[in-house]
Amino acid sequence: MNKDFLIKYIYGIADNALILGQRLGELTGHGPTLEVDIATTNISLDLFGQVRSYFQYAAQLSEKEITEDDIAFLRTEREYLNVLLVEQPNRDFAFVIGRQFLFDHFHFLLLTEMQKSHDQTLVAIAKKSLKEVSYHKRFSSDWIKRLGDGTEESKQKIQTAIDDLWRFTDELFHLTEDDKKAVEEGIGVDVSKLKETYYKNVAEILEEATLEVPELKYFQEGGKKGIHSEHMGYLLTDMQYMQRTYPGMKW
Amino acid sequence: MSDNKKNKKEWPLFEVFVRSKNGLEHRHFGSLHAADAEMALENARDVYTRRNEGVSIWVVEAKNIKASNPDENGEMFEPASDKVYRHPTFYDLPDEVKHM
Amino acid sequence: MSEKEVKNLEEIFEAKIARDEKIEPKDWMPEKYRKTHIRQMSQHAHSEIVGMLPEGNWITRAPSLRRKVALLAKVQDEAGHGLYLYSATETLGISRDEMFEQLHSGKAKYSSIFNYPTITWADIGAIGWLVDGAAIINQVPLCNTSFGPYARAMVRVCKEESFHQRQGYEIMLTLCNGTEEQKQMAQDALNRWWWPSLMMLGPTDDASTHTEQSMKWKLKRKTNDELRQQFIDQTVPQADILGITVPDEDLKWNEETGHYDFGKIDWDEFWQVVKGHGPCNKERMQTRVNAWENGQWVRDAAMAHADKQADKKVKQAV
Repeated sequence: MNKDFLIKYIYGIADNALILGQRLGELTGHGPTLEVDIATTNISLDLFGQVRSYFQYAAQLSEKEITEDDIAFLRTEREYLNVLLVEQPNRDFAFVIGRQFLFDHFHFLLLTEMQKSHDQTLVAIAKKSLKEVSYHKRFSSDWIKRLGDGTEESKQKIQTAIDDLWRFTDELFHLTEDDKKAVEEGIGVDVSKLKETYYKNVAEILEEATLEVPELKYFQEGGKKGIHSEHMGYLLTDMQYMQRTYPGMKW
Repeated sequence: MSDNKKNKKEWPLFEVFVRSKNGLEHRHFGSLHAADAEMALENARDVYTRRNEGVSIWVVEAKNIKASNPDENGEMFEPASDKVYRHPTFYDLPDEVKHM
Repeated sequence: MSEKEVKNLEEIFEAKIARDEKIEPKDWMPEKYRKTHIRQMSQHAHSEIVGMLPEGNWITRAPSLRRKVALLAKVQDEAGHGLYLYSATETLGISRDEMFEQLHSGKAKYSSIFNYPTITWADIGAIGWLVDGAAIINQVPLCNTSFGPYARAMVRVCKEESFHQRQGYEIMLTLCNGTEEQKQMAQDALNRWWWPSLMMLGPTDDASTHTEQSMKWKLKRKTNDELRQQFIDQTVPQADILGITVPDEDLKWNEETGHYDFGKIDWDEFWQVVKGHGPCNKERMQTRVNAWENGQWVRDAAMAHADKQADKKVKQAV
């Protein structure tokens, strides 16, 4: 069986964790308190752990002799398949929490469904990751409430972040051709079916946080097809620096 | 900035107790800051159980702990030191008596 | 309390420490003991926190996923260790906010090694190997120090740090077994970090002001010079295994003493960095101050939210 669609399907899921983990890694040492610094680093570590499981599996599936690091560090920007949401920069703590919250609720639903996949490796990764992501969701949702129902300043900041990031949420539920193939094979999750539950869950928390649920007609997409925002190139420049400067070396 | 300084209130201190595994008591692990008890639990999980050190966490705001005063240690604890009859070694039994 | 009574208490206190009994926060203690501990422990905590920055500088650029998670976990540990130490210091009646203010205003010091830049990946290896190596030598004796909370925090810190130095040495080993370019990168890092690491163990005994008192209170078990010698004796053979050269022409094994003889340390450089004029002093402090100030609204929000929730509970109860 041609496994290309499956490899691409895995990239589509793993790249989200990779890029979000990278963004969170930028924050280590710069958090608002030591406790929060430790917590966001923990989430980053969880995500990188998941990335390694996915990429090690993808490397096994590949006909080429490649490693997890080749996949993580040596693709071109157009070959990364993460959604636009996760590559958005750490503008301030409200954007960090807003991005995390909007992603975690999706991630949780995705992994819950992925446990039913016919691919046993993906099932195993989903089961392990789901515990981590359940905690991420709790962490980010609690912070949404704290910032939303905190001070005037925090309310305004988190509302701005949610309003700004909302346009990237619709893409979470798009299916690429490879995704469709994976769904047909009983391996992939039909994310379009998660949309209703997602917006319902997210709206509940936002309301509890006394925040407005944005209403938007126009959304952004592209990441899943490898067409990224301008932020992505700089993120990759950092991430790939060593591998690009010293090709072929072991570290 | 000066405004910020005026309003600012430090997150209170919480003491953290962790049960390492079932069958053991909760033991004092250390402390941390959090805005409320819920956050203190989450912070404790991230700070004190990163290496799989626990199966249960208690947190309590430090100001809610009433501690004995070491200046009164004499009256608090010394009277117990000569109550040797509370210990099994106080009682003389012949060696032949087993299982006691 | 009369002078005589205080003197009497001090004698009892010193005798207690001499008997290896621990001092706990609420016990009576001489004011100097409290102040010295606040100074040393907060300085130790600050070093952990500022120490996150040079290594944090490479998190986004770590060359493999394995290296990236190890580095993230290590820098995160440093945040944890700072936290343990700040908490232990708070038992002496100073708040974490006050300690941060002292750091940000320049009143409090931190280990000056962190004012050097990390300019290549090999620096991450060198820091783990040398800086953590020197730190361990400093820290292990503190697990038995006289002040209970400090000793307990250090037990936890030492236990967790055991992977840090190995992490660094493994990076160096991989580089030294790699290409010529990688080996040079490792050598260059050793060249730049060797002398600052030796300075990390503190001024020479004749220039050190606190040694005698610190020995009595078990804040120190050995003098700076003894610790430095121990560090050199254990590190030079490790460099030999890596196949790189310690940048000291005078370094040689002395059969008679059973130790390495080593060259002169540039103490002018040390004092220059301590006084705030190292390559990165300004950047490090600016980064810490920014993180703190940018976090103010977040801390305020969480506190305001907690107060609102507490009010709600009270109202529900009524």
